[in-house]
Amino acid sequence: MLSQQLLNALTLGSVYALFALGFTLVFGVLAVINLSHGAVFMVGSYTALFVVTRFEMPLWLGMLAAMMASGTLGLLIDVLILKRLRARNAPHLIPMIATIGVAITLSSMAQGLFGAEIMRFPEGTIPAGEFIVGDMHVRAIELGIVGIAFAMMAALLLAIRRTQLGRALRAIAESPKAASLLGINVEGLFHGTSFVAAALGGLAGVLIGLDFNAITPLMGQPILHKGIAVIILGGMGDIRGALIAGLFLGFAEVMSKAYVSSQMGDAVAFGLLFLILLVRPSGLFGRVLERKA
Amino acid sequence: MEWLDNFWSTYNTLVYSIGVHALLALSIWLTLACGLLSMANAAFMGIGAYVSALLSLNAGWPFAAVLVAAGVAPALVALIIGIPTLRLSGVYLAMATLAFGEVVRITVLNLEITGGPEGLNGIPQSTQGWHIVAILAFVVYGLTRMQRSRVGRAFESIREDDVAASLMGIDVARYKLFAFVLGAAMAGVAGGLNAHFTFFISPREYGFENAVDILTMAVLGGTGSLVGPMLGAAILTLLPELLRFLNEFRGIFNGIVLVLVVLFLPKGIWEPRRIKALFARGGGK
Amino acid sequence: MLSIHNLGKHFGGLSVLEDVSFEVPVGGIFGLIGPNGAGKTTVFNLVTGLLKPSSGKISFEGRDLAGLPPHLVTRLGIARTFQNIRIFKEMTLLENVMVGMHHHLRYGPAELFLNSRACRDAETRARQRAHELLSWVRLDHRAEMLADNLSLRRPARKLEFARGAGNRTQVAAARRAGGRHESLGKTVLMEEIRNICQRGFSVFLIEHDMRFVMGVCERIAVLNFGRIIAEEAPTRSATIPT
Repeated sequence: MLSQQLLNALTLGSVYALFALGFTLVFGVLAVINLSHGAVFMVGSYTALFVVTRFEMPLWLGMLAAMMASGTLGLLIDVLILKRLRARNAPHLIPMIATIGVAITLSSMAQGLFGAEIMRFPEGTIPAGEFIVGDMHVRAIELGIVGIAFAMMAALLLAIRRTQLGRALRAIAESPKAASLLGINVEGLFHGTSFVAAALGGLAGVLIGLDFNAITPLMGQPILHKGIAVIILGGMGDIRGALIAGLFLGFAEVMSKAYVSSQMGDAVAFGLLFLILLVRPSGLFGRVLERKA
Repeated sequence: MEWLDNFWSTYNTLVYSIGVHALLALSIWLTLACGLLSMANAAFMGIGAYVSALLSLNAGWPFAAVLVAAGVAPALVALIIGIPTLRLSGVYLAMATLAFGEVVRITVLNLEITGGPEGLNGIPQSTQGWHIVAILAFVVYGLTRMQRSRVGRAFESIREDDVAASLMGIDVARYKLFAFVLGAAMAGVAGGLNAHFTFFISPREYGFENAVDILTMAVLGGTGSLVGPMLGAAILTLLPELLRFLNEFRGIFNGIVLVLVVLFLPKGIWEPRRIKALFARGGGK
Repeated sequence: MLSIHNLGKHFGGLSVLEDVSFEVPVGGIFGLIGPNGAGKTTVFNLVTGLLKPSSGKISFEGRDLAGLPPHLVTRLGIARTFQNIRIFKEMTLLENVMVGMHHHLRYGPAELFLNSRACRDAETRARQRAHELLSWVRLDHRAEMLADNLSLRRPARKLEFARGAGNRTQVAAARRAGGRHESLGKTVLMEEIRNICQRGFSVFLIEHDMRFVMGVCERIAVLNFGRIIAEEAPTRSATIPT
């Protein structure tokens, strides 16, 4: 029973971590809390669903399409909105408000187009295999989710730690001005970061859609709130912190639902977040990465 | 005067809503005025609504006392959570208040006394038009007085640069707490008024979207003056009625308005200071 | 008198100030000089309450300042200007100065709400006083202008002085911005500091330009590597190598 819950926690937590990764990346590099990340996640889910049902493509193509669609959306948000706000040197709450607007627009658009009811992947899309390890039922899809999420996170971490591009990104995170003086194409990397972050968010959307097999226009909102909890717990802009905190939140949520109260699971997560913010404003693992204007 | 009666019976809820929304928009304006983005005002409204509804339904308190409680209860909560939270700056504060709002919503959703997801039904319809008008007038007068005083200047200086403000002898922490608590009380009273004319309340009305709606009203109208948030509240209450033909797509409008205002009208629709400054400079630089 | 006694400050393992002692006398202009990174700004931040000292004492007219939050230090009569000017851009010049008078405008919430006579009179007096202060720095004619429109550093700096003076300041702690473009405004600042001083304020100036300090200060202390290495009255006739 406990091992089964641990597996559930790992699956949920790895998706939270993947979602939060893009979220925290954007904060670290662009210094923007992008509250449209949840809506982008939802768009990823629907894209995969449509590629699979309308065009009868295999699931992996659906995932790829979801990443491209979400990534492009993220890029558009950056080019059309965030870039203008940067140019104007708007106070840091302003981009946050603008991305709230984007989130509302996207989710009401989805509601208008697809209605409020839950949509599901058709039978046979989701690999149905199941292994029994000890007394534990392991669904193939769960393994897939955990595998994909970890592979993506490892790739991103490696890229940031080891490549020239990663070094450029870290330079920007310290100071965009200094980075541009060093000849780094700051705007270009802002766009690139927005694309990658949104693509990861879209992929997380597909994975959650597969895990619960339920896609709705408003699915982005609870995960956005979880994502906020994760990046605060992990320390804003801290990628490794987001990974650990994502897993931690998945664990806390599954365990409190299983052993405390099925209804209050979410309240536990946010109560925890609220308390941690009071004690450690820079997050559990974080150092404050705040750029003073 | 028959048309007036007809008009009133058709549109009275709309007029009530404008008043209540104006009160809410002013409550977030107050926190924004000293540079705090609080996403907790919908939750404070909810606390006010539930406390007042329960007092009316279960304790049979008179309406005036109920309204006072609707303001005092969230103010006390704001005081307790405000002392530690307001140390947080900018985005952290927004996140913390957002988390707090979620805790309130989920708690209300799961408590027995609040009626869970079904909410509370059969709240007496005690709110009269003049109640809303009188309270709004009282609040606007008070805020106007405040704005033209040392308190208003202190808020403005904190919003612009809180370190410099503290070096002007201003107790920054106290003013922030004051704005947060007063904003909570206003939102709570709005919640109490609202609960006592809609007859029915449920946790759905006090979530994240509602916090965003309140914020949108203030940002759309403009936070440079008191007129702005009220204007924003009126526009965003009336527009959905005018846009009925858009059906499910109506929500899109709110989102697009928010984005466009932020991009193209950073000071909101109503921005008296720039206009005044323009004249003071004799028609521009 | 502002007296600093055995003041020390370290951040983590890094010691920025060690055993710093000096006194800023009443009246006149006191200069604290030293190269960049010597710890001058840290001294300012400690005096104004933005930082807490690791050791030592700061007292002003016999009152211990250590541990007081900035707004209480300011209320005792110490105002400061900033290296990179920090005025409230979206307020008028007049309002900027009136913010500086915040603590001296005393009326309660009830008086404010009822717009009582006491409240109106206090506001009117503050307004007049603010005009007067602005006229000291010759900005009175622009009282109703938004401070954002003070595009030049010089008038903005003057406004900072007037704002500080609003707080019935006794010690005005000033810091001149570095950088080449500022050198033109040097004589103006010198004038402004003398102007403030003549009106009965004590001035505590930090600066890295020796010549400037020699020209304006009556007493100086030299800070290097977090320690005071000299404290004396500058000899005005001394030739300073450029």
